[in-house]
Amino acid sequence: MRLSIDNVTKVFPGPVTAVDDISFGIAEGELVALLGESGCGKTTTLKMINRLIDPTAGRIVLDGTDVSSIEPAILRRMIGYAFQGVGLFPHMTIAENIGVTPKLLAWGAQRIDARVDDLLDLVHLPPDEFRHRFPRELSGGQRQRIGFARALAAGPAIMLLDEPFGALDPLTRDRLQQDFKDIHTQLNLTTVLVTHDMTEALLMADRIIVMQHGKIVQDGTPDDLVNRPADDYVAELMSTPKRQADQLDTIMHDPIGNAP
Amino acid sequence: MTANLQERLAELPAYLGGHLLLSLSALFIGILISLPLGIYAARSERLGGTIVNVAALIQTIPSMALLALMVPILGGTIGFGPAFVALTLYSILPVLRNTVTGLQEVDPDMTEAARGVGMTDRQRLWQVELPLAAPVIIAGVRTATVWVVGIATLSTPVGAESLGNYIFSGLQTRNWLSVIFGCVFAALLAIILDQLVRLLEKSAQDRNRRLGVMAGAGLIIIFVGGIAPSLIETFTRQQAVASFSSQRPSGGPGTQPAGLQGQTVRVGAKTFTEQFILADVIATRLQEDGAIVENLQNLGSTIVFDALRNNTIDVYVDYTGTIWATIMGREDPVERTAMFIEMAAYLRKEHNILTLGRLGFENAYGFAMRRDRAEELGIRSISDLQTHGNSLVIGGDPEFFGRNEWIRVRDAYGLNALGTRSMDSTFMYGAVRDRNVDVITAYTTDGRITAFDLVILSDERQAFPPYDAIVLLSPDGAKIPGLIKSLTPLLNKISDTLMREANKHVDLDGRTPKQAAAFLSSKISQQTD
Ligand SMILES: Nc1ncnc2c1ncn2[C@@H]1O[C@H](COP(=O)(O)OP(=O)(O)OP(=O)(O)O)[C@@H](O)[C@H]1O
Ligand SMILES: [Mg+2]
Repeated sequence: MRLSIDNVTKVFPGPVTAVDDISFGIAEGELVALLGESGCGKTTTLKMINRLIDPTAGRIVLDGTDVSSIEPAILRRMIGYAFQGVGLFPHMTIAENIGVTPKLLAWGAQRIDARVDDLLDLVHLPPDEFRHRFPRELSGGQRQRIGFARALAAGPAIMLLDEPFGALDPLTRDRLQQDFKDIHTQLNLTTVLVTHDMTEALLMADRIIVMQHGKIVQDGTPDDLVNRPADDYVAELMSTPKRQADQLDTIMHDPIGNAP
Repeated sequence: MTANLQERLAELPAYLGGHLLLSLSALFIGILISLPLGIYAARSERLGGTIVNVAALIQTIPSMALLALMVPILGGTIGFGPAFVALTLYSILPVLRNTVTGLQEVDPDMTEAARGVGMTDRQRLWQVELPLAAPVIIAGVRTATVWVVGIATLSTPVGAESLGNYIFSGLQTRNWLSVIFGCVFAALLAIILDQLVRLLEKSAQDRNRRLGVMAGAGLIIIFVGGIAPSLIETFTRQQAVASFSSQRPSGGPGTQPAGLQGQTVRVGAKTFTEQFILADVIATRLQEDGAIVENLQNLGSTIVFDALRNNTIDVYVDYTGTIWATIMGREDPVERTAMFIEMAAYLRKEHNILTLGRLGFENAYGFAMRRDRAEELGIRSISDLQTHGNSLVIGGDPEFFGRNEWIRVRDAYGLNALGTRSMDSTFMYGAVRDRNVDVITAYTTDGRITAFDLVILSDERQAFPPYDAIVLLSPDGAKIPGLIKSLTPLLNKISDTLMREANKHVDLDGRTPKQAAAFLSSKISQQTD
């Protein structure tokens, strides 16, 4: 599905202008990363797409339809959302948490069970061990993976992921990133991925949007950002992954280990 | 003692059944009201606060008062109705307040996640908010359970049967076994119900179906087991009446052999020993003539009159002076027989109540003092009290100090300087004996007057009205064939001394009202022979 954000502004009572007149489009199957410092308006932007927040001004259009004309519950069942705070329901088992949207869509019990097992396999948590546990019986990283599985459960056309891999160890994170890239291409999932991790953005995204104080400062490909930063802020953001890449490069070509 | 225990145990099915039926139905309906109201209040910013405040306001009304107020509000009906309504009102606040708090305290991240996964408002409420608020709501249900089971013991004065009957009659007749019975069973019931609700919640939280089924079964067993005996009794009684009336289809008055065969007669009584004894004398008399008797004891003084007027009860004993002052609103002192005649005419005309006649004795209010104390102060009549005015304290039941009689006596003898202290009438005789008060507003038929060596001060200004005991029949009661004929033999048979003697059996000698009634009945029939 195509997504278009047209001159969208969100002013919270205060007043706090969290998002300030931003516009961008996402093509079908495209994976766009939203980048920027804490409080710059990433989560707010994401929540306006599935109407958890209604914009103060501007329009969000999904395949030609203004989302404000779609019944919120119906809209949200088509959109997978992995919350920044994970937000698993503590009174439901892991299986029930993952199966919640399929159940709202009136899937049969067997189909839900099979789907839950597939997703648990996908996030590398053995179904037999985890199906009947409660969220309080999981580690932070395991919970985050369940949140990610829940977003995928009903086979959405759009994925909104708010720092879905933040709490994971590097190995699990890398595996999940790869797995998600595969699913994404396979299912042609239109995706918005919010992240603080520059490397993650550079490696996964087709396009990266950098925000600052509610405004878009650059919207381009990873190549654009690394090689043609729009301003000092973007250049500074890109300096970290670049420096790390250089250091790694040195280590790999100097196996004796006397690099600076 | 064993007779006492047996009598108490025999009352248990009816009292426990009444208590369970009353408190569980009030709780059930209360929850049915407060849960939706709480959900609405939690969501409505405008009305939410108001709803909780109104419920809290109801809670501040003392429970006794709320129960009593329900009688006039429900148009004078007594029994299950007013008690049920008052208890329902009481059960609302804890559940309402906890529902509101529980829902408002649900983590906003959870409600957002619920919306995010595609739940509608209703789905979010049922699948996320209510389950998360459940522990708080259940805590409210448990509070309500304990409150309602406790307060149900106060429904006796409005005529609803409950474990409170043990407590009220026990206090009046100084039957401590009865009081303990009532307290222990009410406490046990509250604890058991509370724990069953707790188990029900735990089972839901642990998803332990077996525990849930067990707790649910426990609740049902208690409820059904509690009310079954009284239901069976009612049922068999109806069967008896049905089979009787089918045997003898609608015979005219002339064809009735034993007057009251198969008729149900409801006998009321106020809240003191003499009333219990007289109600039992009447009941025994009626049963001998074949009637099925229902007892409604421990009714408040004005509640019992309203009940008679509304045909909720058929017969009870009142006193001329009480009717004169509280019902007719008269203050003028009148000679004893003149008052009786005028009162009977008034009741007939205004309320269609039949005054069957006088029982013979007078249970008047009188000022009583310890004999030695009276002699020491040189007090013989009420007018002598005035000279000692501000140093004397008079004890009496709260009802007395609210009556016109008190105001008239006070003004007639200039007793404004006297200190007053309200206390339960059971305790006032002991209080004057132990010198806690100087004077009490005694009932002249109380057995303790002789036993404690008290003297009644003479009332030379006739400020206290006469208090002839009279038998009153409700409009419908007067029409029950054979009722008048059955009760007439009781009239003019009970002297002051005889009544005082019977009262003494209960208040001092530790016998039950039933035993005292048997004694009184035998004395009455001796006179007839
Ligand atoms: N409900 C709200 N009411 C008022 N202000 C809000 C609300 N939600 C967010 N804000 C403010 O809007 C701004 C943007 O918030 P947002 O959550 O979009 O940031 P973010 O980019 O996701 O940050 P982070 O990386 O820390 O998650 C912040 O200044 C925040 O304080
Ligand atoms: Mg955020």
